Amino acid sequence: MPASEPGAVADSGLFDESALVAKARAGDAAAFNDLVTRYERKIFRLAKHITQSDEDAEDVLQEAFLKAYEHLPDFQGQSKFYTWIVRIAVNESLMKLRKRKSDRTVPLDEPLDTGEDVVVREIAVWEDDPEKKYGREELANILDEAVQSLRPAFRTVFVLRDIEELSTEETAEALGISVPAVKSRLLRARLQLREKLTRLFKRKGDNVFDYM
Amino acid sequence: MITCKDFLKELNEFLDETVGPETKAELQRHVTECPNCFVIVDTTKKTLKVFRGVTEKTIPEDVHNRLMKALEKKMAAKAAPPPAS
Repeated sequence: MPASEPGAVADSGLFDESALVAKARAGDAAAFNDLVTRYERKIFRLAKHITQSDEDAEDVLQEAFLKAYEHLPDFQGQSKFYTWIVRIAVNESLMKLRKRKSDRTVPLDEPLDTGEDVVVREIAVWEDDPEKKYGREELANILDEAVQSLRPAFRTVFVLRDIEELSTEETAEALGISVPAVKSRLLRARLQLREKLTRLFKRKGDNVFDYM
Repeated sequence: MITCKDFLKELNEFLDETVGPETKAELQRHVTECPNCFVIVDTTKKTLKVFRGVTEKTIPEDVHNRLMKALEKKMAAKAAPPPAS
C-alpha cells in the first residue's frame, strides 16, 4: 500500500499493536504516527456518523489523537489502544452533540432498555436491490438521515457494532456501559433503521404472504 | 413453541449467529413458519448490508494532512518546551 493513501491501511490479524504502543510510549514519534495512520479513517468515520458533520468529525479526529498523544503515559495497556482511542473519540463526539442546541433535550445516558417494548410496525418485503435505484451519494444521504434520526445512545452503539464492527464487549468497554445495555440498544437501533428503510425500499402493493 | 415477541428478543443473536445450536434450531423453525418474522429477519439483514456497502474506506487527504500537521506541532512543543524565562 503506497504511503500516499492516507488511512487506507488494511486490517491485519498479524498487526502488533502493543509493540507500536510501547515504542510510542517510549517517545518514538514515528510509532505514534503509525498508530494514527492505522486508525484515523475509522475514527473520522465514527465521528462523522455520530456527529453527522464533517467539520465536527475533523475536530473530533484531531482532539482525539492529540489527547491520546498527551495522555499516552497514562495508557496502561489493559485495553487495546484502538478501544481507548474509540472511547476518547466517542466522548468528544458526544460533547459536540451536547453543545448543539437542538440536542440539549436529548439525554445521552439513557436508562437501561429491557427490550420489552421493542415495536415493529412496518412489515413489508423490499424491492430487489433497492439500493441500486439510488446514486451512491443519494443513498449515503438516506442512510445518514436514518442514523441521525436515532437517539445518540442508540446511534453510538449501532456505529461501533455494525459500522466499525467492534465486538459487543469492545463496544461496552468503549462506551463505558454494560454488555446487556449494548445488546438492547443495538436491537432497538437495528429495528428502527430497518423500519425507516422499509418505508423507502418496500415493494409496492405487496402482500407479505406472497413472499413465502 | 416460541412467540414472535420471544423471537424478536433473540433477533440480534440469531443474525450474529451467537446462539447455541438448540436455540438456533428453534429460532430457525419459527422463521420458516412465521411470514412476519421471516420478513423482519430478511429486511434487517438487508439493512445491515446496505450500511456496510456504503461505508467510506478512506478519509479526505486534506483532513489527514491537517491532522498530521497538528500532531507534528504538538510533538515539537513536547520535544522542545519553551525555555523558562
